[in-house]
Amino acid sequence: MDRGPYSFIFIQTVSQSVYIAAMRILLVEDDLETAEYLRKGLGESGHVIDHVPTGPEGLAMAMVGSYDALIVDRMLPGLDGLTLIQTLRDQSNTTPVLILSALGKVDDRVRGLKAGGDDYLTKPFAFSELLARLEAVARRSGSSEKVTTSLRVADMEMDLLSHKVTRAGMPIELQPREFRLLEYLMRHAGQVVTRTMLLEAVWDYHFDPQTNVIDVHISRLRAKIDKDFGEPLLHTVRGAGYTLRASG
Amino acid sequence: MRPANLAHTSAFRLTLLYTGVFSMSVLVLLGFIYWSTVSVIERQTAETIEAEIRGLAEQYRQQGVSRLVQVIGERSGDKGDRNNVYLLTDSSLKRLAGNVRNWPAGATASGQWVSLGLQRRENDRIIPHEIQARTFTLPGGHRLLVGRDMYEKTQFRNTVVETLAWSLAATVVLGLIGGLFVSRRMLRRVDQVSYTAQGIMQGDLSRRMQKSGSDDEFDRLAESLNAMLDQIERLMTGMRWATESIAHDLRSPLTRLRTRIELALRDAPSENQDRAALADALGQTDSALALFDSLLKIATAEAGVAPTELVRLDLAGLARDAAELYEPVAEDKGIAFDIRIPCEAEVRGQSQLLAQAVANLLDNAVKNTPSGGRISVSIERGDQCVVLTVTDTGPGIPAADRERVLERFVRLEPSRRGPGTGLGLSLVAAVAKLHGATLRLEDNEPGLKVSLRLATFQERDF
Repeated sequence: MDRGPYSFIFIQTVSQSVYIAAMRILLVEDDLETAEYLRKGLGESGHVIDHVPTGPEGLAMAMVGSYDALIVDRMLPGLDGLTLIQTLRDQSNTTPVLILSALGKVDDRVRGLKAGGDDYLTKPFAFSELLARLEAVARRSGSSEKVTTSLRVADMEMDLLSHKVTRAGMPIELQPREFRLLEYLMRHAGQVVTRTMLLEAVWDYHFDPQTNVIDVHISRLRAKIDKDFGEPLLHTVRGAGYTLRASG
Repeated sequence: MRPANLAHTSAFRLTLLYTGVFSMSVLVLLGFIYWSTVSVIERQTAETIEAEIRGLAEQYRQQGVSRLVQVIGERSGDKGDRNNVYLLTDSSLKRLAGNVRNWPAGATASGQWVSLGLQRRENDRIIPHEIQARTFTLPGGHRLLVGRDMYEKTQFRNTVVETLAWSLAATVVLGLIGGLFVSRRMLRRVDQVSYTAQGIMQGDLSRRMQKSGSDDEFDRLAESLNAMLDQIERLMTGMRWATESIAHDLRSPLTRLRTRIELALRDAPSENQDRAALADALGQTDSALALFDSLLKIATAEAGVAPTELVRLDLAGLARDAAELYEPVAEDKGIAFDIRIPCEAEVRGQSQLLAQAVANLLDNAVKNTPSGGRISVSIERGDQCVVLTVTDTGPGIPAADRERVLERFVRLEPSRRGPGTGLGLSLVAAVAKLHGATLRLEDNEPGLKVSLRLATFQERDF
């Protein structure tokens, strides 16, 4: 397994000056091979995993333990994943949940998110995709409390009200779509963001176009925000996606 | 035809029921006629007898018993009414006059109406007759009986009973014959349907229900069944296609994958080579999974979606987004990119599937157009319809192949060979069908022109 995708976990982001700390994660998954694969991968990424194979156990653990995030399979023995999540939400438990499922149709995803899941990943998946999404949902729940009007990464600043972007005080002209792309990257600064995540968030496409169209858009964005400035902020993470961060 | 089954058909049972109902109504009708006629006869009889009694009483009051004997003698003789019955006796019941031989046992002579069963001799035959009569005891002990033969009523009753028997018999016989005829006809057509169905169950999916051409309910049933069978056959064929295609197209990447792994295992262990082989294997697996995913998506689109999933959406916005996504890709390749999309074009559809269809068309166009070429995306609003057109200046598709490329996995060799799974246009075709849209491939001179014609959103659709 290529260590590339998850070697960026302990990154200091200049804007927030925080570390992405190790997360305590509960994995509810009845397929032991998948569970072992995730436990190993997430463990190597520095996270702590508890694994239970059935729905009722998962619900009990999720209610008593304080986890940073849950990974819940949809089809579980004893209690299905969606009911598990719904029960948690009914108890006002807001722990971020990433749903794993072999059911990948649009309405399956909608049903999963309606039940209270924060994100939905269809099996089979790449580990880097899972890790990126897991960190995105865990972070989302931590920072969604206050309304932000501006974002900042290193010397780049984005004003969400006037839609202006500056770097080192210099204005940068962006197309509306480029603005949304950069906004998403800035909101997830320091995290790995996959191409699929960008397609979903910026274009609302829940399918993969055959050509790597995202790469072209990223390289255009990169030309605008990085080319004339010394330190590059937008990095490609091989085999996984992109990340926006100050190097160093 | 199995006659034993006739009695078990619903048509036969229905006919029996109708026969029963008809018989009942015949019975009721004749019963009513009988009852009303008989009451008329009885009333007339009573009136006749009363008049007779009044006349006799007058004679008796004026001239006594001797005159009564004389009058009764006249009236019961050959000149009188044959149907009138008289008897006058003295106090010892000895007959003085009349056409009855002796005083009947049941007559009380108290002025009451009585019904008597008398026998009448006619041509040496003794026939029982019913008589309605009144009997009196006169002062001096004489007894008088005045009555009337109810022969007419009996006759009428016999006629009615006979009529009833015949009509009932006719109703039942005709009903049964009609019932058998109708049930045989129905049974024959039902049997035809089940016979055809059995043939289909045995594997001959091409068989269809026969129609009689009369456009009756059986023809309508046959039509519905045939439409259903067509749909099933289409789905089955699609499924068979999918299975064969998966088997065919997954075999190559899986074989390559297997070979790589086998070679990696056989070679002397070396960290770098192992990693390269693993990375390669991962790539092969991903492409197999992507292929699988596309097939699944096509199969899902072909199976149809729930009507609730089809919503009002703006095709123009959707096309603009897709164009915007692909424009930089085209520009990087040195292809000019025209977008001619009006502000709004509302259709009814599933947004993810339509978006993917448009994206696939653009993807195809970008892949097949050489540097220096031109791609255009446009939307035109026609009468009740919206037409989305994507053109490129690539090699195009020969007219003969245009139908074929909509099938799964067809990638034209060698000129149009490019990256991709060969499923792009198949998915577009499946999405078009799902939306009831027309998909046309034409010559762009040079290049390919693909147009997708959808119905405009109508409020009454809901």
